[in-house]
Amino acid sequence: MVLDWYPLFNSLRIAAISTLIIFFLGIFAAYYVAKLPRLVKGVLDVVLTLPLVLPPTVVGYFLLRLMGPKRVLGLWFLEVFDLRLTMVWYAAIFASAVVAFPLMYRTARGAFESFDHTLAHAGRTLGRSNTWIFWRVMMPCCKQGIIAGTVLAFARALGEYGATAMIAGYTPGKTATISTTVYQLWRTGDDAGAMKWVLVNLAISAVVLLSVNMLEKKDRRSRRTAVPVSGEVA
Amino acid sequence: MALSVDIHKDFGTFRLDVAFETERGQLTGLLGASGCGKSMTLRCIAGIETPDLGRITLDDRVLFDRERGINLPPQKRRVGYLFQNYALFPHMTVAQNIAVGVADKKTRAETVARLVRTLYLEGQEDKYPRQLSGGQQQRVALARILASAPEVLLLDEPFSALDSYLKWQVELELADLLTTFPGPVLFVTHSRDEVRRLCQRVCVLDQGTSQAVMPVNQLFEAPHTLSACLLSGCKNISRVRAAGDGQVEALDWGVVLNPGRPLPEHLTHLGVRAHYICPVDGPGPNRLPCRVERVVENVFSTVVMLSTPGGNQGFSRLRIELEKDAWPALAGRDPLWLELPAKDLLLLTAQ
Repeated sequence: MVLDWYPLFNSLRIAAISTLIIFFLGIFAAYYVAKLPRLVKGVLDVVLTLPLVLPPTVVGYFLLRLMGPKRVLGLWFLEVFDLRLTMVWYAAIFASAVVAFPLMYRTARGAFESFDHTLAHAGRTLGRSNTWIFWRVMMPCCKQGIIAGTVLAFARALGEYGATAMIAGYTPGKTATISTTVYQLWRTGDDAGAMKWVLVNLAISAVVLLSVNMLEKKDRRSRRTAVPVSGEVA
Repeated sequence: MALSVDIHKDFGTFRLDVAFETERGQLTGLLGASGCGKSMTLRCIAGIETPDLGRITLDDRVLFDRERGINLPPQKRRVGYLFQNYALFPHMTVAQNIAVGVADKKTRAETVARLVRTLYLEGQEDKYPRQLSGGQQQRVALARILASAPEVLLLDEPFSALDSYLKWQVELELADLLTTFPGPVLFVTHSRDEVRRLCQRVCVLDQGTSQAVMPVNQLFEAPHTLSACLLSGCKNISRVRAAGDGQVEALDWGVVLNPGRPLPEHLTHLGVRAHYICPVDGPGPNRLPCRVERVVENVFSTVVMLSTPGGNQGFSRLRIELEKDAWPALAGRDPLWLELPAKDLLLLTAQ
């Protein structure tokens, strides 16, 4: 039997697009939440992290309540743009974006919180704009954290099953992803087919985790080579 | 006058009340113990923090004026700020760090090259801050500030991040560099020695409140306030009470003294430096009998701690410093009579 590669393509496309969305949303949320007063920060933090601990089926339920063809958002999109928001391939983007968002948000927030704001102050007194400082000082200094968050979010989006199954379902060649395919093949007794996709999934996850570890190692190394403020004067 | 500051900020448990003026081409020291609001003052001047009330002006330019609703962002203040840890951008090379200060793209390369030469950073252009020594890092930070053509320089404890054996040389280099800077320089430190060596004028900051700016030699020869006296390193201080006839009773030392000059209003304390106190043979005016408590041998001098008629605790003790060979002749005396010369008595007020 020739392996139909559609689920891999679909999974990668969904994960890539949702990671792109999460990247900006997560950084944006992290940047502004880090600046908020403690109480507001605590509340927002809980709300933004919730999808990480909720069962994906609960997230799927909420999404269906919002985007189902007879619900607020779903109905509006159907009437105005003639677009269905459920049971189509891109419906899975919403599911994986919501589920993977907290990983990006929390990692980026951690990076922003450990950022030395003296550097930003220095940039300002030197006449540089806040935008310049954000992109040219803050982001490069928090690079490791942001990349780690992106990779983790991508990995989570790629493996998303519960919410995806509810909002996008399983239609071979249309909404099938790796995870829904594994379930479907196993359910229909195609153990060998399921195994192939399991191996594909394992390979991708291993690569992702290896790259995260390499990033962390690189981070530690660059910190070790940092010379403390001392030494000879030329 | 070039930089004029009059600001207030309330932190709940701590109040910042700072007012002073500095002159063009002069190095003014902001001297105070840690946590007295020195760095906060600099942050307000640079625009990083916003005072609750007051005004900051640089020549005719208003940087901050609460009443007129003016609060320039740091970008427009043209205030150069040398941070305690230098705040170099770790992901940029020396040349890139300096270039951040240059707004004009056309002159950027030229300005960077000039500053690299002026600050002895040749050959370091492509290194990262972590690969440099503390002194070099400080010079990169200074080059970066000078590249932004500031009108005033703020130096926040510039030597605190350096190893002690480096401080001396870096201090000399910095002093040389600062002589070429035309604007006012504000130098924050807790070290009286740095103030004495580097500054022309000094403003003492005591628990968030600033005192009158004075020439540096006045701080050491004739401080007027208790905090200035303590910061100038004077160890012998007693509370006083007027005793009539121009005399004062030193409560901690248990002796009545005559300073021989008019007493200032609100006189609260008296100070006398350890090396002005003379051992004498017997009683007389401004003399008191003391008992030796402890002798500390320094490399070139002997420090003797003595109890006074006022007691043996805290400020009741006197501390004298003698030449090494002068001590053996006095060692056996009990009591040891000391004279506090009238001209060397420092008359101090609380503020």
